[in-house]
Amino acid sequence: MRSVGARRSIADVALLVAILLLAAGLIDNAFAQAGPFGAPRTQAPAAPVGGVLGWVFAKQAEFYRQFSGLIRASKADGSAAWSLLGLSFLYGIFHAAGPGHGKAVISSYIVANDETWTRGVVLSFASALLQALVAVVVVGIAAALLSATAATMGRAVNVIEIVSYSLIILIGVRLLWVKGRAFVALLRTLHRPAAVGAAVTPHHHGDLHHHHHDHDHGDGHAHHHHDHHHHHDAHDDASAWGHAHAPEPEELSGPGGWRRGLSAIVAVGLRPCSGAILVLVFALAQGLFWTGVASTFVMAVGTAITVAAIASIAVAARAWAQQVADARSGYGMLAMRGIEVGAAVVIIAFGALLLTGYIVTERMVGI
Amino acid sequence: MIRRIFFCGLAACAGLVTAISAAQAHPHIWVTVKSELVYAPDGTVTGVRHAWTFDDMFSVFATQGIESKKKGEFTREELAPLAEVNVTSLKEYDFFTFAKANGKKIEFNDPSADYYLDFDPKDTVLTLHFTLPLKTPVKAKELALEVYDREFFVDFSFAEKDPVKLVGAPAHCKLSIARPQEMSAALTQQFSQMPADQRDPSVTIGTEFANKISVKCP
Repeated sequence: MRSVGARRSIADVALLVAILLLAAGLIDNAFAQAGPFGAPRTQAPAAPVGGVLGWVFAKQAEFYRQFSGLIRASKADGSAAWSLLGLSFLYGIFHAAGPGHGKAVISSYIVANDETWTRGVVLSFASALLQALVAVVVVGIAAALLSATAATMGRAVNVIEIVSYSLIILIGVRLLWVKGRAFVALLRTLHRPAAVGAAVTPHHHGDLHHHHHDHDHGDGHAHHHHDHHHHHDAHDDASAWGHAHAPEPEELSGPGGWRRGLSAIVAVGLRPCSGAILVLVFALAQGLFWTGVASTFVMAVGTAITVAAIASIAVAARAWAQQVADARSGYGMLAMRGIEVGAAVVIIAFGALLLTGYIVTERMVGI
Repeated sequence: MIRRIFFCGLAACAGLVTAISAAQAHPHIWVTVKSELVYAPDGTVTGVRHAWTFDDMFSVFATQGIESKKKGEFTREELAPLAEVNVTSLKEYDFFTFAKANGKKIEFNDPSADYYLDFDPKDTVLTLHFTLPLKTPVKAKELALEVYDREFFVDFSFAEKDPVKLVGAPAHCKLSIARPQEMSAALTQQFSQMPADQRDPSVTIGTEFANKISVKCP
């Protein structure tokens, strides 16, 4: 009886993990982060994507092509600058669908860390604005002050990219370490028949739960977890996954917690968008650097809106998974830990693929 | 059983990463292409001479910080280092030029040393001139040449006027050009004329978005 139940639970869990990761994948894919996968270039050209995505790409290109004309026009006619800003905003919204705006990393980070919606939005906006700031600083210092060449700027951006991608990997590895241990610890406790029994039979406990309330979930799910944490009394080191060493969501919203979120913001926001750099350099050449700066920041706000929307989907997906998991007792928790591990792996994979150039973001090369 | 969870998870991760790789950026560089196919007196094709004009935004970006005697204007000499960077970095992308002779892929050598960049101060656009010699000149009944960036970071399109010329080609050779838009229009029509339940295996979507040159010398 128990073994049948366990088997079913595991099948459910497996399904849940697979569905969630794939869903996350589809979201990210739809708003992707990418370029071709080191495929031989002799292949047929990739067909422009059809449907909504194709439209998004077409719109971006269309908006982008209008920038140079509008910047030129702003020189003679101040009102063109307003059109430029409006266009920048729209472009930002659409452009976030393109690569290099950290949607995948931010979404995975949110899933792995059980971030709140507010934090997801803050992460999105902060990283987008940092991206704009880095673009302005790079062009401001390199082009405006030092009259560096495009090649020099490209090299600077390259170094920034390497740092950014390495940070992404580091964040992923750290998450994997914390979440992986949590997963393994939980797995061990679940393997003990007593623990499974306990997990399946809900009953109440005192202090231990308090402990978990404090450290586990700041959200409305906390009370569900009463039923799932019983294995902890069976096996104490399970508290390894209890994140003794990992900051918890509620800690994050505290004064020190933002520091950890900052690492994600920096990792994602460090890499400037090459479109913004081109716009800034072009504006600079027209003697309208500050118009370019305004355009860059407005663009970032647009980008942030899209990224925040995707982050919200990630938050909702995670909450939904949590709900499903809660209904499945001990193995449900295992699924959640599994999802977190998966999300951490995805972050590492992204960082690694970006670093090795398998995922091409926007090229800043000599052509 | 637990293993199954892991495998499912791993499969999902793999799927995720693969799926992600399918998406792409929008173009950041627009290039207007003019090409010449160069023939030897014996009727073999020896190479392709390209003249690529970049959009103004990229041109201004690329010339940023390059010193010039006259402000806002650049001579070939002043642009020589940039031309070298361009040609060198294009190698990584196979010069975005792909050719087939009689249906078989043909290879190019590195560009000959006579490449250069021109700057048009009126439109503030750069034009890169370079010649790609064929590794081995071929006599082709059917020659197909395509110019595209499969990552679609660079948007190539043929010039409105005289996009392709044959230089020294045998008189009976016939040139035809297909632009991406025309191709897709033709394709749409082709599809609309097809019965709904019929799939034509000869129609492959994908290559239709390249700029195609085809020369037939029967």
